[in-house]
Amino acid sequence: MSINVLALLSAMLTIATPLVWAGIGELIVEKTGVLNLGIEGTMYLGAFIGFLVALRSGSPWLGLIAAIGGGVVAGLLMGLLTVTLGLNQHVSGLGVTLLLIAACEFAFRLLYTGARPTLEDKFQVLLPDVPVLDQHWLTYVAFLVLAPAAWWVLRATGMGYRLQAVGENFEAADVAGISVTATRYVALMVGGALMAIGGAFLTLAVLGNFTLDIINGRGWVCIALVIFAKWRVWPVVLGALIFAGTDALQLQLAITKTFSDIPRELMLALPYLAVIAALAVWGRKVHYPASYLQAYRRG
Amino acid sequence: MTPTRPLLELSGITKRFGDLVANDAVSLSVASGEVVAMLGENGAGKSTLMKIVYGLVRPDGGTITMDGRPLDISSPRDAMAAGIGMVTQEFSLVETMTVTENVALSSVGLGRVDVRAARQRVVDAMDRVGVQIEPERLISTLSIGERQRVEIVKALFHECRVLILDEPTAVLTPQDVRALFETVQRLRRTGLGVLFVSHKLREVAEISDRVVVLRRGSLVGERATAEVTTHELASLMMGGTAPEEDVASAVGLPVAEVPEEAPVAPREGAGTAERRPVLILTDVTLERPGRPALDHLTFEVRPGEIVGLAGISGNGQTELMNVLGGVELPTSGRVEVDGAAVTRLDVRGRLDAGLGRLTEDRRGSVVPQLSVEHNLVLEDLPSFTRRGMLDKAAIRAHAEEVIRRFDIRATPTDPVSSLSGGNMQKVLLARALSRRPKVLVAAQPTRGLDVGAYRYVHEQLHELRDTGAGVLVISEDLDELRSLCDRILVLFRGAITGGLPVAEATSERLGAMMTGESVEV
Repeated sequence: MSINVLALLSAMLTIATPLVWAGIGELIVEKTGVLNLGIEGTMYLGAFIGFLVALRSGSPWLGLIAAIGGGVVAGLLMGLLTVTLGLNQHVSGLGVTLLLIAACEFAFRLLYTGARPTLEDKFQVLLPDVPVLDQHWLTYVAFLVLAPAAWWVLRATGMGYRLQAVGENFEAADVAGISVTATRYVALMVGGALMAIGGAFLTLAVLGNFTLDIINGRGWVCIALVIFAKWRVWPVVLGALIFAGTDALQLQLAITKTFSDIPRELMLALPYLAVIAALAVWGRKVHYPASYLQAYRRG
Repeated sequence: MTPTRPLLELSGITKRFGDLVANDAVSLSVASGEVVAMLGENGAGKSTLMKIVYGLVRPDGGTITMDGRPLDISSPRDAMAAGIGMVTQEFSLVETMTVTENVALSSVGLGRVDVRAARQRVVDAMDRVGVQIEPERLISTLSIGERQRVEIVKALFHECRVLILDEPTAVLTPQDVRALFETVQRLRRTGLGVLFVSHKLREVAEISDRVVVLRRGSLVGERATAEVTTHELASLMMGGTAPEEDVASAVGLPVAEVPEEAPVAPREGAGTAERRPVLILTDVTLERPGRPALDHLTFEVRPGEIVGLAGISGNGQTELMNVLGGVELPTSGRVEVDGAAVTRLDVRGRLDAGLGRLTEDRRGSVVPQLSVEHNLVLEDLPSFTRRGMLDKAAIRAHAEEVIRRFDIRATPTDPVSSLSGGNMQKVLLARALSRRPKVLVAAQPTRGLDVGAYRYVHEQLHELRDTGAGVLVISEDLDELRSLCDRILVLFRGAITGGLPVAEATSERLGAMMTGESVEV
């Protein structure tokens, strides 16, 4: 049995990239005490719109921008439901996910009846490559720009203070003159944009086409990563790498002779089992943001 | 102290919540260098008025002016910009952030925070106020008194000219109250106007220049503190017709004629040592991550005595109630009721052994949608069951008798959710007492009750004691404990730091014990 370490590392980084984008997006939202279960649908929307616009316009850049716009709108929708209307966050998030996935599937089937678009050639490598470890530029941005920036913003800026104050004690934030509503909306929109980029990365940069199971639970993995990371940026990145490493490993093992007898389904389930195991070990007795799941009303 | 022209003026402030008029055309003013006390019972509308001034509640009518200029305050930000600072009753601090971060929170922008400069500004502000707290400490590591000082520094961090303190002493030890008063005096000398909201007469008499009294949402009086007696204020607060003893008990006893160091003497023969204790705790420990919530807790309650358990909230009171009531099992130790070990018994077993409970969370102890009569028999259903069915006639008869005896203002079929706090507490008291407990454990039995209900609960507890039962009262209100109990124990970090007969239990000694200084019995 031989494992190509470079290929393994390269696959790990690629698989981790959408998790880093969306996971940090979820982290920013949850810092304000909102659980955004709309993440799965938002990633799906980003993947679909990014693909569709890039396909129609011929410009992957336009696709990426459209995906970001879609993510912002999804965040606004979550804000309307959970912040303005004050509805249950679990129900709202699941509703948003179901709605967005169903809407995208419906549109996809309407637009491409019969034969699915076979556009691999056209979109195989849409965005310029940087030739280190053979990674996509969005991967470098995720690890080298997004993660440090998010860490710095949360730690050292007024915006970070505001997010934390709203998430830990929204009455205190309000008394300090910080708008709970505005802070949560901004976090939801920024977070939604990051989730959508994570989704668009899969269609634009990895696959070059759109499939109906494109996200396949990656949003839920991000929810688990944020808890595992206890709402800190670098542990989210680490968690994403662990998940991606397990996934990359099982992909390699599945094609070796030694493991060919193990059911493929079990191999595919491995990274998810790793997430559950990690949560069982490190996800207990965590300090949730004190205003988690609560809508704010004055008085 | 010569108050100058008014700084902050409220005129005709009105606020309704449905049918309830929380504030009815209230007008008052605060001048620079003046401490104005606002006095009123629970529910008189004090907090609503303060929230209006601070922009947390929008009034239905009236105007607020500063220096004669009208203000439109629709958020705390507007209030701060106008020079109004407030320390809310429930503190508004983010526990996971440091002192510096909390104080600077209201003035940070969106970009990078210069932590060093912010810390220096916070330290400067603390120096001005006369407060010393390490700026890098997390709020969660601070005591209640320290947190309040941080709140005051935070309120004064801006250009603040009027400071509102909403029930600032409610959770403080006597020592912390002293420190707070010194701070207020110091601030007053710098020209700050202070609005001090309280329902404690003694504090108001000590700290203020002028007193305004609020009753049922209306301003019913305004006096210079130097020219008014506490009795006059108390009767204003309660409506003039209240009898003397009501007036005294309303304010937690120490009105002018009842000096603080002369609490009620214990009855003769109270808690005689010869009789077997009705409640014994031996080395009761409840482990929690970090440090134990209850730490080898040992004490006893004898028949015919009321034992008070004083302490700042969060020192194990809730956990003790859970362990006594059978909601939570102790990690180790032994609990006995009337000579029988109940340590491992469930709730029902404990009730049968003779333990009665009056828990802190009143609404959590009733089923709000059920009627008064059904709530009254909830703890004793077997006695009201015939052939597996509820005996409706017996339940009704029981309810009617209890309602008469305890003077509950409701019919047997009213849902409990429609009752006032006082009547709800009477229902719970009646439920506990009708099983004739050997020992009654009552947590915060009068919190939030009006004068009548407050007196009634105390009478009932005294009566229960006189029939030979033991009573344990857990309360944060030292005045209440001193007027109610024969003996006072102090709980600190889950352990008893000492006990005193009530005659020796001065607030200084209790206060010292409440912060961990051990005092020999």
